[in-house]
Amino acid sequence: MDIIIVGCGKVGSALAEQLSKENNDITVIDTKYELVQDLSTELDIMGVVGSGSSHKILEEAGIEKADLMIAVTGSDELNLLCCLIAKKAGNCQTIARVRNPEYSKESNYIKEELGLAMVINPELAAAAEMARLLRFPSAIKIETFAKGRVELLKFKIQPGSILHQMEVREIMTKLHSDVLVCAVERGEEVVIPTGTFELREKDVISIIAMPKTAAQFFKKIKVQTNQVWDTMIVGGGKLTYYLTEMLLHMGIDVKIIEKDRKRCEELSESLPKATIICADAVEQNMLIEEGLLNTDSFVALTNMDEENVLLSLFAKKKTKAKIITKINGMAFDEVIETLDLDSIIYPKYITAEYIIGFVRAMKNSIGSNVETLYHLVGDRVEALEFKLVKNEPILDTPLEKLKLKDNLLIASIYRGGKMIIPRGQDTMRVGDYVVVVTTHRGLGDIMDILDERQGR
Amino acid sequence: MNYAMIRYMLGWVCCIEGIFMLMPVLVSMIYREGSGYAFLAVAVLCGTLGAALVFRKPKKRNLAAKDGLVIVALCWIVLSFFGALPFVLSGEIPSMVDALFETISGFTTTGASILSNVEGLSHTSLFWRSFTHWIGGMGVLVFILAILPLKGGSSLFLMRAESPGPSVSKLVPRMRTTAMILYSIYFAMTVLEAIFLLIGGMPLFDTICTAFGTAGTGGFGIRNDSFTSYSTYQQGVVAVFMVLFGVNFNLYYLILKRKFRQALTSLELWAYLFFIAASTIVITFCIYPSVGSRFQAFHQSFFQVSSIITTTGFATADFNQWPALAKTILVTLMFIGACAGSTGGGIKVSRVLIMLKGAHKELRLISHPRSVRKVKMDGRTVEHDVVRSVNSFITIYIMIFALSVLLVSLDEKDLVTNFTAVAATLNNIGPGLEVVGPTGNFASFSTLSKFVLMFDMLAGRLELLPMMVLILPTTWIEKSGKISRKKA
Repeated sequence: MDIIIVGCGKVGSALAEQLSKENNDITVIDTKYELVQDLSTELDIMGVVGSGSSHKILEEAGIEKADLMIAVTGSDELNLLCCLIAKKAGNCQTIARVRNPEYSKESNYIKEELGLAMVINPELAAAAEMARLLRFPSAIKIETFAKGRVELLKFKIQPGSILHQMEVREIMTKLHSDVLVCAVERGEEVVIPTGTFELREKDVISIIAMPKTAAQFFKKIKVQTNQVWDTMIVGGGKLTYYLTEMLLHMGIDVKIIEKDRKRCEELSESLPKATIICADAVEQNMLIEEGLLNTDSFVALTNMDEENVLLSLFAKKKTKAKIITKINGMAFDEVIETLDLDSIIYPKYITAEYIIGFVRAMKNSIGSNVETLYHLVGDRVEALEFKLVKNEPILDTPLEKLKLKDNLLIASIYRGGKMIIPRGQDTMRVGDYVVVVTTHRGLGDIMDILDERQGR
Repeated sequence: MNYAMIRYMLGWVCCIEGIFMLMPVLVSMIYREGSGYAFLAVAVLCGTLGAALVFRKPKKRNLAAKDGLVIVALCWIVLSFFGALPFVLSGEIPSMVDALFETISGFTTTGASILSNVEGLSHTSLFWRSFTHWIGGMGVLVFILAILPLKGGSSLFLMRAESPGPSVSKLVPRMRTTAMILYSIYFAMTVLEAIFLLIGGMPLFDTICTAFGTAGTGGFGIRNDSFTSYSTYQQGVVAVFMVLFGVNFNLYYLILKRKFRQALTSLELWAYLFFIAASTIVITFCIYPSVGSRFQAFHQSFFQVSSIITTTGFATADFNQWPALAKTILVTLMFIGACAGSTGGGIKVSRVLIMLKGAHKELRLISHPRSVRKVKMDGRTVEHDVVRSVNSFITIYIMIFALSVLLVSLDEKDLVTNFTAVAATLNNIGPGLEVVGPTGNFASFSTLSKFVLMFDMLAGRLELLPMMVLILPTTWIEKSGKISRKKA
């Protein structure tokens, strides 16, 4: 597909990288020469310097042939304008990033009336993910498949857990839980485990299960599954606003710590039920005074990544609370992963994943049939959901007879309201949603799961 | 340095050259010439060596800018080396240095020859000489990029290093598609020229060789008198096509996309046409008294101007005998060269324009010291690093030029010969003045001078930087050896 991305910021470059890897023709537009230059040197894409709201520039980027235009500049208004002009100049779908809460409330109206295909609010998306995590604090990360009916949860095996030294296949026999372990991170290694793989403490594992089975499973391995009752948020940006609103709705007490008095006043106006404290979060005494030691959860959402990491480390040391850390910048992923932080949220990845999901769905109608995609471990493992719409030769064959690629696992089959953890005798059928976990990149079609050397 | 990737790319170059070399083998079969065996042997050698090198794919496929430059430089050297072997093996050019000179001159589209009797060569060798022009014109690595799926953006470094011009841009997002489009345009235009020449009654073999020579803006003739003995129509067709091949290929793509306005607003194109028109008119008046016929004067003037500015180097007249003004204009045109993104050589019109505009800006700064001005071209700002790269290009260019003239002077030839010999090779033209004029050749230079000129040809074709990086010690010495080893 021909895709134009306006804005080469964090989200823009993450999108360009991923979409270009998935065999799309990408053209990026930005007013800053250096950004365009760097990105178009690093990736196999074309760059145009100029304003994305200019008809001439869009034309130069090939708008008339483009299938999709994604506007992710820093300004909401500019993004919307780009979409409008692109819509008129070429007959393409448009996606705009809109982050201002005022517009966000009206996002449906904007979407309908301006004819956008998708309006994405990164803060709102990130807040939704955080709220999900606070509802289920044992997990590091939760993703959903099959429209929320299948969950993928990532968590760490605590010392002394009964999972320690248990083989993967024993989960079924010993715990009678219908869950599937689809990826294990041990140190820097990532393994897609086979049945005889032995789990150890401190492993970070990703499991696939229906929400109910997941809850039972966590009860069986004696992990607390209650939702949190109060939370402490540091930093009072837009993300805080969205998150607080959601949490208050769930009945969770929220305490916000923000430096800027004016912002505090604004927040207290818009969020009367929350407790707002005007203070600098780096003062440790103040944090303890405000009840850090007894809080169920702690969320670091300041604008400074470094501050967020340090605050989270401090909170981790002092309490047993669930900790969520927001990281904006791209660099040092590897280092951050090695720190003992609970959950890390990268708003830019979330935005990129939403948009990529949309692109895949668009492609879907052309032929490829990937429904959703998630990155499990940085971007080393992908979980892809395929919707099987038409009859492929691969269907109706018992899985044990298929020659699959190495490091690839068919993690679940969702058929008629029931999730099947696939075993050797199971088959895939038309109409199923199939989740595949793999370290291979850029699978576009269910047929791609076969080992190519065997031929099709 | 990503040595595995360098090996891999070199392997591909060998493979491709092996395949290319089957073409002259075909020619030898038609004309039943024995020299075909030499080509077949080298083709097989290249093929096997290449296959052995590409057999293991490198794990790390990303290239740094430096790697790209080194790969391009090495590829061209390897290419020239194997390209020269058949001449030596078949005994047609017995000296290895001479054969290498001839081949480098071919691949770099220079067209400078050490042969005094071109017609003495077999058809097979003549074909290969001209075919190297065609391959070298658009670039071997661009060809490889067109057929080989290389993941990632690092391939841009390869294209950037091989394609002429201050800033190389892609036509479409995908590198591979861009390379394919470029080669398609190149191929189509070559065929078009061949058709025009055939209509004019040129023999098929001459047509093919001439079309190759024009397309790559090379200049190897297959007759001793270069182009003098062909008909006026044939000369006219070649002159026009030389001009066409000297135009930035991006413009042809824009025309194909029916974006005529965008194509025609290119300042470089107009400047290029202006240089051609102005020089042609002045030279026409200059040589009119000696030629006699007004049309002939114009015809000869236009052919020589378009041959020199596009750095082709065909000749229909011995311009060495022309008045001083005409010669001076031609030598000036040698340095200006063709448009960026064409198959021509020289400094390039766009660089000259950026330089002039930069100088104009600096001059204005003298009268208005606090004024802020950006260099603009085609309605958009020329970024500072482009201006800077143009300036450093010129600096390195002058350095190489001066040093080369100095080294070549050891041969005790006259200054004009030395100066124009270096100018003709560094700008990839071919003929210079005096000893190396259109009727002369490079045979009389010493081995050292030949090597200097060979370096100049490669440096000129690859826009200086790849060859400079190759001889820079820091390229090969990795000071932080420990760290880089850990990474690998």
